[in-house]
Amino acid sequence: MGVTGPPGGGKSTLVSRLLAAYRARSPRVAVVAVDPSSPFTGGAILGDRIRMQDRSLDEGVFIRSMASRGYTGGLARTTARVVNVLDALGHDVVIVETVGAGQEEVDVVRVAGTVALVTVPGLGDDIQAIKAGILEIADVLVVNKADRPGADETARDLAQMLTLGSSRTGWKPEIVRTSGATGEGIEALVRAIDRHQAWAAESGERERRSAAAAREEVEALLRDALVHRLEDRLGEERVRRAIARVATRQADPYSVVEELLAES
Amino acid sequence: MKRPIRVVVAKAGLDGHDRGAKVVARGLRDAGMEVIYTGVHQTPEQVVETALQEDADAVGLSLLSGAHNYLFPRIAELMREKGMDDVLLFGGGIIPEEDIAALREHGVERVFTPGASLEEIAAYVRDAVGRRRGQAARA
Ligand code: B12
Ligand SMILES: Nc1nc2c(ncn2[C@@H]2O[C@H](COP(=O)(O)OP(=O)(O)OP(=O)(O)O)[C@@H](O)[C@H]2O)c(=O)[nH]1
Ligand SMILES: [Mg+2]
Repeated sequence: MGVTGPPGGGKSTLVSRLLAAYRARSPRVAVVAVDPSSPFTGGAILGDRIRMQDRSLDEGVFIRSMASRGYTGGLARTTARVVNVLDALGHDVVIVETVGAGQEEVDVVRVAGTVALVTVPGLGDDIQAIKAGILEIADVLVVNKADRPGADETARDLAQMLTLGSSRTGWKPEIVRTSGATGEGIEALVRAIDRHQAWAAESGERERRSAAAAREEVEALLRDALVHRLEDRLGEERVRRAIARVATRQADPYSVVEELLAES
Repeated sequence: MKRPIRVVVAKAGLDGHDRGAKVVARGLRDAGMEVIYTGVHQTPEQVVETALQEDADAVGLSLLSGAHNYLFPRIAELMREKGMDDVLLFGGGIIPEEDIAALREHGVERVFTPGASLEEIAAYVRDAVGRRRGQAARA
């Protein structure tokens, strides 16, 4: 399952609570937590784990942090494969936490059977942080930090936003109020996730998602492989010269790409 | 592609001084490394398990509490037990000069004390991890 939502909304704290809840019924649970890499240095501080450290000595728990390494969909390029490996190693549940996501970081839908979108009260009247794109991928809507004032209003606003859009799949996301701080609402969240998983299995949504994910993954690998093969064939120097011509405005990028393709 | 260096920066025991650890974590990030920060109050077991699960190249321990003569050797011992001979153990904090040689005997390769520059620390980690990776590649 995937946990996504704006930075600081309490995703990691919730994941830690979910870890405890899932471990009560499954022998092995894993977490993959993604944080952003700096676009300038490539470095990263992977801090999600701090909130999960009290589970780190449980032999049934495996936690791995990943840096996004320049990949922009809210995950790292290889997150899907890491999830596959953890699955193959016998983890009954794998929880994926995305980088603090705004609107376009929706790749989590390609690795997770169920996506929980974590919001908090007081993000503003129209919940600007939760734009349409990311709302569409939510299977469960979590209003976290419900120990703070405003949770009911936020839940109401979300319910209203849901009535505006039409569901892609026929599933109507449930809205759950939680507090990662107190643990309140975690059971309700687990039940909501269970209900979605049962529905997904029955309705064929699960197969549709894995088919879409497989297609996406193969296409992405194919794209990478093609680009590499092309670069090998053209040689660095030719590509560099072409880029320089665009940079100095001697040519436009479209013609340059056409030329490179013709030369290859 | 060259894999970025992964470093676990850890605070063990009751020591709540986390400024130095956070400053060093940021410094290593700015030097292009991936830093897993554990937060405060970790047991030696938690630090070592974290380094294992995160496939870290290095473990950097920050200690300002005076417990370095116990915590560093304990972590070194656990790392040996887990077969993590290829993982660098280093650290920093308030550590008297006269203790540093003994820590080195226990496998703490280098200790930085107040005033150490972030450039110096990052250069050391890059170099020490590079050496270890080189050895692993030759083996
Ligand atoms: C700020 C401070 C506090 C703050 C901490 C705030 C925080 N969140 O960090 C507060 C007020 C909370 C505090 C409390 C206490 N403190 Co105090 N504190 C300090 C002080 C003044 C500065 C520490 C600091 O932040 N320095 C700035 C950072 C950037 O420097 P740094 O941590 O040394 O890091 C540098 C290097 O050491 C090294 N480094 C450090 N960690 C790492 C890790 C790695 C991997 C690497 C490579 C390098 C590295 O690189 C850094 C950059 O150069 C020091 C005195 C001093 N001059 O150091 C006392 C000091 C550390 N505190 C001390 C004491 C005794 C306490 C208390 C026990 C006091 C009390 N009786 O209540 C409590 C304990 C709190 C606790 N739970 O642990 C003593 C420790 C004595 C000892 N070890 O024998 C000191 C030395 C003061 C003294 N001279 O007595 N403290
Ligand atoms: N009051 C309150 N604070 C919370 C709750 N859940 C988390 N927090 C606090 O919110 C802050 C962020 O929590 P995280 O769990 O790190 O949030 P996150 O969404 O994982 O953050 P990023 O990964 O950085 O995007 C921390 O200071 C938490 O202690 C909650 O239910 N109530
Ligand atoms: Mg987080």
